[in-house]
Amino acid sequence: MSTEDYLKDITEIKNMMNKSSRFFSLSGLSGILAGIYAIIGAAIAYYLVSNSGRDYLILHSKIFNYILIDLAAIAILSIVTAAILSNRKARKNNETLWNGTSRRLLAAFLIPLITGGIYILIKIYSNHYGHTGSLMLIFYGLALVNASKYTIGNVKYLGYVEIILGLACAIYPGFGFWFWVLGFGVMHIIYGSMIYFNHDR
Amino acid sequence: MSSIIGNINKAFDHRIRLGIMSILIVNEYADFKMLKELLGATDGNLASHTKALEKEAYILVEKSFIGRKPNTRYSATKKGREAFKKHVEAIEKLLKQ
Repeated sequence: MSTEDYLKDITEIKNMMNKSSRFFSLSGLSGILAGIYAIIGAAIAYYLVSNSGRDYLILHSKIFNYILIDLAAIAILSIVTAAILSNRKARKNNETLWNGTSRRLLAAFLIPLITGGIYILIKIYSNHYGHTGSLMLIFYGLALVNASKYTIGNVKYLGYVEIILGLACAIYPGFGFWFWVLGFGVMHIIYGSMIYFNHDR
Repeated sequence: MSSIIGNINKAFDHRIRLGIMSILIVNEYADFKMLKELLGATDGNLASHTKALEKEAYILVEKSFIGRKPNTRYSATKKGREAFKKHVEAIEKLLKQ
């Protein structure tokens, strides 16, 4: 065998190791859209609260419920968009959306995220909602770092950024809204664009 | 030089077999369908290569049923992992020369 053949072997080994253990069809465009949904949702929440006559939120009020619906709508829209666009990207890459790597990716992502989600709900219903923004950012960041080993590697940097924003938010809970917009809106648009330009096309 | 050549493993001297080992090094196990999709091999071709690796005791083959469907699961043995590591190191040394 020649040097060229050995180089080809090494490339093949790396390629198979990556392809069999990581899900690469994560759509960058869906990240950009999730960021846009988050900003629109945040604008709606801002409008609701500032038009309520007070500039703070009261638990179990009508507006509080609207905001919970607003948050749920952002989450559902983002998940549906991610599934549709990743499915399209997977088909283009001759992959299937539902395979061993995407299942592992999802499990790694959902375990910290659902833990955090339940924890936040428990806190809200026992009237401790002051740190909701911070907790959402921290648990989401941890979920991203945990999932990054099964997908495009630089997802972990987005995770680190979200964790740092979440901790900063815990120090300045009064700016929770703006940290949330930065973490879920702006950062998704930035990282989504990075994935889009590096991997989607 | 001769010792390096000695470490180049003939059992891995084929794209499909090299691929099977690479997949099984980073995954706890893989089933037939997964290997087939990743490597783009035909059933017969893949079966003959897994058999060759099984014969060297580099991979472990477990047959079972999921419901009524037969399922074959492959995993790398300790011997297989060591042999593969030596093989890759030998290639790297060759390329550095």
